[in-house]
Amino acid sequence: MRPTRIIGQPRRRVDGRAKVTGQTRFADDIILPRMLHCRLLRATHPHARILSVNTARAAHVDGVHLVLTGESFPISYGILPVSHDEHALCRDKVRFVGDPVAAVIARDEATADVAVNQIDVAYEPLRTFGEPADSLAHDSPRIHDYGDHGNIHKMVALQFGDVDAALAAADHVFDDVFFFEGNTHLPIEQHAAVALKDPDGKLVVYSSTQTPHYLHRALAKSLAMPAAHIRVIATPNGGGFGGKSDPFNHEIVVAKAALLLDRPVKICLNREEVFYCHRGRHPVTMRFRTGVTNEGKITGLDLQTLLDGGAYGSYGVASTFYTGALQTVTYDIPRYRFRGCRVFTNKPPCGPKRGHGTPQSRFGQEVQLDKIAEHLKRDPAELRLGMIAPAEMLTANYLRVGTIGLAECIRKVVDRSNWTDRFRKLPLGRGVGLACSSYLSGAGLPINWNDLPHSGVQLKLDRSGGVTVFCGATEIGQGSDDVLVGIVAEVLGIDPFDVRAVTGDTDLTPVDLGSYSSRVTLMMGNAAVQAAERAREIVAGAVGAKLQIAADRLVFADGRVFDSQNPDRGVTFQEAVCIAEARVGTIGSTGSYTPPKSAAQFKGGGVGPSPTYSYTAAVVEVDVDPETGWVTVPRVWIAHDIGRALNPTLVRGQVEGSVYMGLGEALMEEQAFRRLPPRLSSALVHKFPSMLEYKSPTSLDMPEIVTDLIEHPDPRGPFGAKEVGQGPLLPIMPAVANAVYDAVGVRVDQIPVTPERILRALQAKTAGKPARSGPASFPEIAWPEPLLVTPPREGGDGRASNEPERKSRRKADAGIEASAAVRS
Amino acid sequence: MMRLPRFRYRAPRTVEEAAAWLAENPADSMLLGGGTDVLPNMKRRQQTPSTIIGLRGISALAEIHHNDGLTVGAGMTLSNLIAEPRIRESYIGLWQAAAQVATPHLRNMGTIGGNLCLDTRCTYYDQNYEWRKSIDFCMKRDGKICWVATSSPKCLAVSSTDTAPMLQALGATVTLVSTRGQRRLPVAELFANDGMQYLTRQPDEILTSIALPAASGWRSAYWKLRRRGAFDFPVAAAAVAAQFDGTRARNLRVVLGAVSSRPLAAVRAAALGEGEELSDERINAMAIAAAELAKPMDNTDFELVWRKKMVRSLVSDALHEVRGDDMRARRLQLARQEVLSTASASAAR
Repeated sequence: MRPTRIIGQPRRRVDGRAKVTGQTRFADDIILPRMLHCRLLRATHPHARILSVNTARAAHVDGVHLVLTGESFPISYGILPVSHDEHALCRDKVRFVGDPVAAVIARDEATADVAVNQIDVAYEPLRTFGEPADSLAHDSPRIHDYGDHGNIHKMVALQFGDVDAALAAADHVFDDVFFFEGNTHLPIEQHAAVALKDPDGKLVVYSSTQTPHYLHRALAKSLAMPAAHIRVIATPNGGGFGGKSDPFNHEIVVAKAALLLDRPVKICLNREEVFYCHRGRHPVTMRFRTGVTNEGKITGLDLQTLLDGGAYGSYGVASTFYTGALQTVTYDIPRYRFRGCRVFTNKPPCGPKRGHGTPQSRFGQEVQLDKIAEHLKRDPAELRLGMIAPAEMLTANYLRVGTIGLAECIRKVVDRSNWTDRFRKLPLGRGVGLACSSYLSGAGLPINWNDLPHSGVQLKLDRSGGVTVFCGATEIGQGSDDVLVGIVAEVLGIDPFDVRAVTGDTDLTPVDLGSYSSRVTLMMGNAAVQAAERAREIVAGAVGAKLQIAADRLVFADGRVFDSQNPDRGVTFQEAVCIAEARVGTIGSTGSYTPPKSAAQFKGGGVGPSPTYSYTAAVVEVDVDPETGWVTVPRVWIAHDIGRALNPTLVRGQVEGSVYMGLGEALMEEQAFRRLPPRLSSALVHKFPSMLEYKSPTSLDMPEIVTDLIEHPDPRGPFGAKEVGQGPLLPIMPAVANAVYDAVGVRVDQIPVTPERILRALQAKTAGKPARSGPASFPEIAWPEPLLVTPPREGGDGRASNEPERKSRRKADAGIEASAAVRS
Repeated sequence: MMRLPRFRYRAPRTVEEAAAWLAENPADSMLLGGGTDVLPNMKRRQQTPSTIIGLRGISALAEIHHNDGLTVGAGMTLSNLIAEPRIRESYIGLWQAAAQVATPHLRNMGTIGGNLCLDTRCTYYDQNYEWRKSIDFCMKRDGKICWVATSSPKCLAVSSTDTAPMLQALGATVTLVSTRGQRRLPVAELFANDGMQYLTRQPDEILTSIALPAASGWRSAYWKLRRRGAFDFPVAAAAVAAQFDGTRARNLRVVLGAVSSRPLAAVRAAALGEGEELSDERINAMAIAAAELAKPMDNTDFELVWRKKMVRSLVSDALHEVRGDDMRARRLQLARQEVLSTASASAAR
């Protein structure tokens, strides 16, 4: 590895000063002359036909400039090309309490607030679908007029090799059902957007979005405007976690209003509305049937998942595939069948939350492995060490993994936690649990299929000695601006604070697909390395010629460009740029990144491929009161295979943040709903759309965290880096459940692991019943015949043997398959 | 953000002025101490008074007076209350209750009087206007039915004040002032078992002070159940106070919080311990008796069956603490923070 001076050093992030001094300008901080304010009227019925919307009273409220209804938004949109099922304001029907029906634009928020409640909507209530069981049982009325069947949005079925034979040949078959409750992102910043018509008549939208590129596309489509006449500026996000990666109705509404009124229009959602935007974790019921040999090797896995999708498609098709995509990249699973089903219900739409679709089945798999180890009388760490997928392998479902640091992660947390002396050896009420995970470093396929790069970077160098780097990537708090600047500064040998980053602006910056799927560091980073190396080459050529030194002998470091053989011979970086500018003219360079092609050729193979995968292992310690079930987490040890930590301060922040979010999901967070007694009411409402009653941990609930970073650079990442934004979340939930078992000997096969559930399982145990809390069975689903794909090690070529001839590869890619290549 | 409705704000400088202004239109006026309860409720349109009478400018209400016991002004903030040495030293249960209200920021604003008069809470009620419209409202505001128990003739919203059960256990009294005069009543009589009419305070009365009886020989403890180490209202709580004659408990009082529409005196449980040594067996019997009384409803955090079970645990822990057991480790697990207790106070000495 070439020595580095910035990369690998713990540094203050470049946007840190603005953030800690309160100067970062978030979307809600934007105040423009003549700006108006927007409020949305939201549905008070979970499922109803809109009979009429009368806006007359609202329109006459003093200070109201415009009232909009669904009539103004005839064109649908959505994040995935296969699910353009949203309108900015509902037209014919509403699908959940919170669905926006009308908008008021007024001189201030208070006026808009008064007026919005003077809009009269007549509804004809329809049957309410509160649970997946309802949606599976009743085909009509349909929540949407598209999807696989009735209220089933999507069914997928894939089989890699003869799984039934593999299970039959196993010494043991473990059959477990799990449930993972839905939860939401809970960013501190509520979504906000400001739209205006610029003096040229073009549309400008500022928004707290993770995906300005997709918002750009959605605005162009839904407003029927040329994309070149729309500028989207992603403001720094006060947290995203996947909750700001769909194009949203409020963004389109303020855009339309600004165009109609020719005045800036702003909206800032309140906390209730953020809960209604949702797009969070799908509630998933899952069944794992796993064949294992006496030696602890997996022979095959048969996985079924049922996802409660809520009222719209969102990323749901991709989420469905993701519940079955990543099992094989962690452990060697030679044969694999996956069947997944997503249903529509009358609740806020689910979508991508940190880990996108994978945490639910990761929970099931890791808890089941704990049970397998128990049954085989093996240490769970040893058992896992014996089944880790080999590095660089092509998995049964055709995912190409890169470097795998999982074994070292496991050994590290086992060592740090003193695992061997504690596992199954602590007194009643205290326990430790272990779990592992892996995650994508960016999705291998784009949402909208094309051959274009996933990330582009431009550099401008000029005689000031300053460098400006342009990229569409979006700073959502994860530190993407710092990664971008750090890489450029490293390659050019200058101070990060001498680099200015211009990011997330569709007019000024080359496209980056957005801050989701843990793709930014790897993809933007590789593009930045390329752009910076090209700029360095230009400068080195000019300086070399001027100083009569071979360009490849020049070193860029400490703000100088000098002869590696004679460090005193050189010029400052600013002088070097001047020399180059004089010699070759204005200096600019570009870089871009496109992921390698996937080996999967079957329909559905677009979800899961990634340039490389991160790995994590965690040990969680719990204290459980056997009398009450009260559970606390005093300590967590976690080791993450990052490849290379570009800025360890940021990496550790992501790991600790993941532990925090993971403990929230493991112990308390629930996107729960109230269904009133059907004989009295059709109401179905979010149980507590507030930060007081939606329980998320406070600093007092956080344990001590011991973080270790495992660094084996992966050549596919910039300076060897892999992802860290999502992977470290995944092992926390199963590790908590496994630790509870170690502490009090009961299985909580559902998330969250609450004291009530622990106590119920303890009482069941006392009564001689199974010491378990969790779903009894997996529902009956009429699965389609799976696509049959022979695994690589059995001679497969990545194609399905029973897939109907696809009319056009390109068309198919543009549809389900490529669109499914998404994640949070 | 959610906006407040329009209202008139009046800032009296004396209790007399406040009482006079309140008497002008008591039905449509509300008193504001720290505003941490009233203002969010107004944003959600749970309460929409035309006039708010802000008590913050009345300096007399923020005072504390030492006598045989202690007289605390209703306008004293919870932060100031827990900084008061006499509270830390002699009324440790009250300290434990006040110190576990919400968060430091809210305790800096919220007052002891406000916490006593805290609106009852319910997850069908503590929601914004649009949400409540989606369930066609409930009887506590704008609707007809109690969704917690649809056949219930009365509102079942839950008393969520931390300090009231403890003050009741300590035998405190409150003073209410109006233009008609003033009256004193025991804290127990301030509350009624009705989620809507949960206070016996008349609309024209101002709660001005809380009188704590002499503390000598008394020990007290407050155990609170909530999901997290901060923010959350109690979902079950046990307040215990007793005098000790050697090892025998006298004047023992056990009051439950957050399992009814009012603080609930566990009279039978207390009687089981009266004049007795608090042995493990006796504590267990008392805790069982107290838990039988609790009637938690499905209108706050946690499952109600489990909350009822937890009452037994909380009462037991509180009794162990007043008996003199070192409960710090157990407290730390439940509260997720150090909470001052008799044991920690004596350790500090």
